[in-house]
Amino acid sequence: MTRLKTRSEIRFILNGENVALTKVAPDETLLDWLRIERSLRGSKEGCAEGDCGACTVLVGRLSAGRLVYESVNACIRFLGSLDGTHVVTIEHLRGDGEKLHPAQQAMVDSHGSQCGFCTPGFVMSLYALWMRSPEPSDAAIEKALQGNLCRCTGYEAIMRAARAISSYGQAAKDPLAAERKAITSKLAAMKDGSRIEIGAGKQRLVVPVNADDLAAVLDNEPGATIVAGSTDVGLWVTKHMREISPAIFIGNLDGLCAISEDNGIISIGAGVTYTEAFSTLARRIPALGPLFDRIGGDQVRNMGTIGGNIANGSPIGDTPPPLIALGARLTLRRGNKRRTISLEDFFIAYGKQDRQPGEFVEAVHVPVPGSDTKFAVYKITKRRDEDITAALGAFLLTLASDGTVTDIRIAYGGMAATPKRAFGVEKALLGKAWTEATVEVAMAEYAKDFTPLTDMRASAEYRALAARNLLLRFFAETSATKAPIQISRYEAA
Amino acid sequence: MTTHAPNLKAQKISGGVATDQRHDSAHKHVRGTAVYIDDMPEPSGTLHGCLGLSTATHATITSMDLSAVRAAPGVVDVLTASDVPGENDISPTGRHDEPVLATGKVQFFGQPIFCVIAETREQARRATRLAKVEYKELPFVTDIAALDPRKDKLVTPPLTLRRGDAAAAINAAPRRLKGKMRIGGQDHFYLEGQIAMAIPGEDQDVTIYSSTQHPSEIQHMVSHALGVPSHAVTVEIRRMGGAFGGKETQGNQFAALAAIAAKKHHRAVKIRPDRDDDMIATGKRHDFLVDYEVGFDNEGNILGVDFMFAARCGFSADLSGPVTDRALFHCDNTYFWPAVHAQSAPLYTNTVSNTAFRGFGGPQGMVGAERVIDEVAFAVGKDPLEIRKKNFYGTSDRNITPYHQTVEDNIIHRIVAELEASCDYARRRRTIESFNVNSRFIKRGLALTPVKFGISFTATHYNQAGALVHVYTDGSVHLNHGGTEMGQGLYVKVAQVVAEEFQIDLDQVKITATTTGKVPNTSATAASSGSDLNGMAAQNAARQIKERLTNFAAEKYQVPRDQVLFLPNRVRIGNQEIAFADLVRQAYMARIQLSAAGFYKTPKIHWDRDKGEGRPFYYFAYGAACSEVSVDTLTGEYMVERTDILHETGRSLNRAIDLGQVEGGFIQGMGWLTTEELWWDDKGRLRTHAPSTYKIPLASDRPKIFNVTLADWPEASEPTVHRSKAVGEPPFPLGMSVLHALSDAVASVADHRICPRLDPPATPERVLMAIERLKWEAKANT
Repeated sequence: MTRLKTRSEIRFILNGENVALTKVAPDETLLDWLRIERSLRGSKEGCAEGDCGACTVLVGRLSAGRLVYESVNACIRFLGSLDGTHVVTIEHLRGDGEKLHPAQQAMVDSHGSQCGFCTPGFVMSLYALWMRSPEPSDAAIEKALQGNLCRCTGYEAIMRAARAISSYGQAAKDPLAAERKAITSKLAAMKDGSRIEIGAGKQRLVVPVNADDLAAVLDNEPGATIVAGSTDVGLWVTKHMREISPAIFIGNLDGLCAISEDNGIISIGAGVTYTEAFSTLARRIPALGPLFDRIGGDQVRNMGTIGGNIANGSPIGDTPPPLIALGARLTLRRGNKRRTISLEDFFIAYGKQDRQPGEFVEAVHVPVPGSDTKFAVYKITKRRDEDITAALGAFLLTLASDGTVTDIRIAYGGMAATPKRAFGVEKALLGKAWTEATVEVAMAEYAKDFTPLTDMRASAEYRALAARNLLLRFFAETSATKAPIQISRYEAA
Repeated sequence: MTTHAPNLKAQKISGGVATDQRHDSAHKHVRGTAVYIDDMPEPSGTLHGCLGLSTATHATITSMDLSAVRAAPGVVDVLTASDVPGENDISPTGRHDEPVLATGKVQFFGQPIFCVIAETREQARRATRLAKVEYKELPFVTDIAALDPRKDKLVTPPLTLRRGDAAAAINAAPRRLKGKMRIGGQDHFYLEGQIAMAIPGEDQDVTIYSSTQHPSEIQHMVSHALGVPSHAVTVEIRRMGGAFGGKETQGNQFAALAAIAAKKHHRAVKIRPDRDDDMIATGKRHDFLVDYEVGFDNEGNILGVDFMFAARCGFSADLSGPVTDRALFHCDNTYFWPAVHAQSAPLYTNTVSNTAFRGFGGPQGMVGAERVIDEVAFAVGKDPLEIRKKNFYGTSDRNITPYHQTVEDNIIHRIVAELEASCDYARRRRTIESFNVNSRFIKRGLALTPVKFGISFTATHYNQAGALVHVYTDGSVHLNHGGTEMGQGLYVKVAQVVAEEFQIDLDQVKITATTTGKVPNTSATAASSGSDLNGMAAQNAARQIKERLTNFAAEKYQVPRDQVLFLPNRVRIGNQEIAFADLVRQAYMARIQLSAAGFYKTPKIHWDRDKGEGRPFYYFAYGAACSEVSVDTLTGEYMVERTDILHETGRSLNRAIDLGQVEGGFIQGMGWLTTEELWWDDKGRLRTHAPSTYKIPLASDRPKIFNVTLADWPEASEPTVHRSKAVGEPPFPLGMSVLHALSDAVASVADHRICPRLDPPATPERVLMAIERLKWEAKANT
């Protein structure tokens, strides 16, 4: 076995400058570092939990050798996760000469700022959108702004700005586009095949070089905190001030970011972000597309991973219920030992998952539903976008040619201490004719399958009622009808 | 803003009044270079504070062991009530019911009881969690539904308004009904949280940078807490990252503690709570329970109304007196109540002390009025819009408010008629009816709601303002006034007024940070009064200087005074024109004073609270909105399909800025009435204290179609600054149209025969539960 090189330095590019840091605490956030250490105070702290977007910066990284710039929340992004990236803050934006950048000038001319505190974050989100989509639709703009809160403008002026950016300049001529080659080779050079280890005791962080190295590191330090997208772990630090040392940063890790399909089964590496998974999943399993559009905002989807959403074991994670309904399986790895289990078996109880010390979630395998099936997933929240689930139901139905239910899998989030199947409901449907009468009988079984609780997101009564009604919605959607079943913001493209 | 040489031949100055000027800081906002307090370079050695909050809802503190806090890394000091050198009170209305730091007893979960001062903010936050505080729990009440508004403890005296004999009118009416509604509160969710930085000076002096709408009050509170004269305390604020009323009094605590620590340790001290602490420990919009009874005839003419407005005020008075007063002042909205009796009950609860929030109780009053309209409409089986119009104030009669002020400037008929036509209300009403017949799960709803909002502080003495204007020898102007900039564009509007007065380009006017050292004894920038008051004060200052310049020019050039004319960037004196800057220079050489303090007080207003009579408002602002929604009757989820707004701001100083206020106000009002829900658990803890759990509107919550028009025909009936009208608060209640459209959609499930009584915030849960209730009642009735 060849010995890995190690180094004790995080290297990245900040705007136009190379940065190499040897003193990095595992829980040091990019936002605090920018504001306190570097006095770059254009990025603001509005919430320190990745919800408001006032701290939005771009992080450029090599994804399969290609440089991509993504908006992220600097408030919950750890410095330790930035090795080999290009961090772009509001201070880096520039137009020709003394001019403002097109995204900035459009905001000024459209009266897109009032108090101005959220504005740098909006400008960064609009910048990211404009670079990948210079003439965005309103739907695309709204999606790109799901992770940015503005309390003053009512957004209308910001929408006007977003539509107008391209009339102020061409994305292709933007400095980041012009410097793409140079930055790409700089970032490639930073990937020197070294494991990064910094600090000791309560101040230790490790960035493994690839998945095999992660297995080795974790085998040695089974109690370490695995940090993937940090959209949850970030809050352990900023909100709860929990110690996360030793922290192992696995974002963008070689060997963990692949998404592939074999024999009708899509395998998603645990480090694949929502954004990366979206195109494949939305194409192959279309019902997942609208769900992914309602997970966090772009900043969270650019960081958060499906593996993390599963591994953290939350009863209100958005991906486990649909994946359970689809019959997904999970590969866990410790050292070089792997085991693959049914995803639903991973969730044992609240806060308890079937993950042994030293083990990590390596990949999830999702069967693509057959053409004889109908699959749907419905998320219910207080606010439509960028909200945490109150209840979420996923349905996979197989019908015989005579309309008999030959297979049905129903899984819910937000209805129990773990993501959970509705076995009683399934049983009431199985082998029956798929009719509204059958569905009505089955709806009575919800009360036996679930005893939801009351909290700030919803009351137990509402959860029970809405969850039950989702079956009726699913029935209606699988039956021919002209009237709309669901409200929609934009007609599907 | 870059400056350029003034054009001496211009027909018009650039940036005068009634022109669309962008926000003066827009260039800095988009670059991230606009400086908020946390962005200022800290003096070396700056310390950081973190509040220690109560973890009991109502209790006596039996012991407080702070030794581990004091021993934590970086901790310099831990302040408790005994460290307050002056008075341990920041009650803004002088009721002595709100300590800087609680002592002996805590009255809500999250009440500040100590303050850690450490070398870094991180260290202060970590140390705070090491406190060991023991409590003896006392009975507590957080929900006003458990209270009797006539008997239980109030935080401040209630108000009663009466005109005519409401009870007799209701009893004599052909029909009557009564009901109760709950109206939720609202967190401000300013993007920039509370913050203060105090820098100690010599002797007793201290300078405080505070994110506040009310620098003078910060000054007074800090001087009381320190036990020093007001002259020792200077408060400055260049801009806030949003405020909405949440920084009218709520900054006091942070400023007082920063100042105390700064004086004690002779080092600068900054306190910036994190979002959770900010939301837990600072006040919000008052939530209300409204009991109403109404008498009416079969046509839907309202004959008498009785209201009880009970408010959750929290543990102290704060501004609950004027807030609940203003709720009563708006329980008529645009409607004439022939006989009315309305009472307030500002109830004590073991919750954070509620405070000012855009509209200041007014919107809650109006929501109560609109519920009454809805009830009557359903009772007589007519479109609520018809009942609204039927009960509008008249223009020459039926125009006396419940507080005996005559409505002299009523334009609601024209506003509503124009909006009704432009939004195609009648046709869409029919379209929606047929849509709903054919759609099983998705139902549509439509509603058009009016707004009338009273302008002026109801505390008459607040209706004054000062300004300070300097003209420098190069002709550039330094402008300062008592108003604060929170994003509403006040600074640029007042600068436009000054530019207009001197007839110089806007970029010649430098807008400067608000500071108690330049303009004293100011009122809060609140009650939508910022431009009205400060614009007039600045105009007054400019006119004084102009007057001196005119006299000087007339004398020097030996022309009559009326031959001195201020033209764009120049002055015509007799037959010659000279640059404004040249005249200024000549005046300086002749020892003419080029600086003036301006002053303004609103005329005509007076208010006798004991009698419940007077003219509390200088004028009213009007608007109306029509919203259409679709509702999913399986889940209660909804979408705003379209909103049309027609709003008036008189002869606007800056329509671009006003449009932003209207759009933003509507969305904020809609958020209040839809997804923004404050939720306390059974232990009295607020559990919605961050954006992960408290949901303000997103870009994707905007109406799909959003048509906003500023009426171009109104002008203020009173001689306000250039006949413009206030715009901060009046658009906020336009959001009521969404609540009523949701209610309309819900009503469709019972064929519009039952009033849905949909209480705000109309979360998807509330909507679904209302649908279920209506379905059940409809079934029970058949």
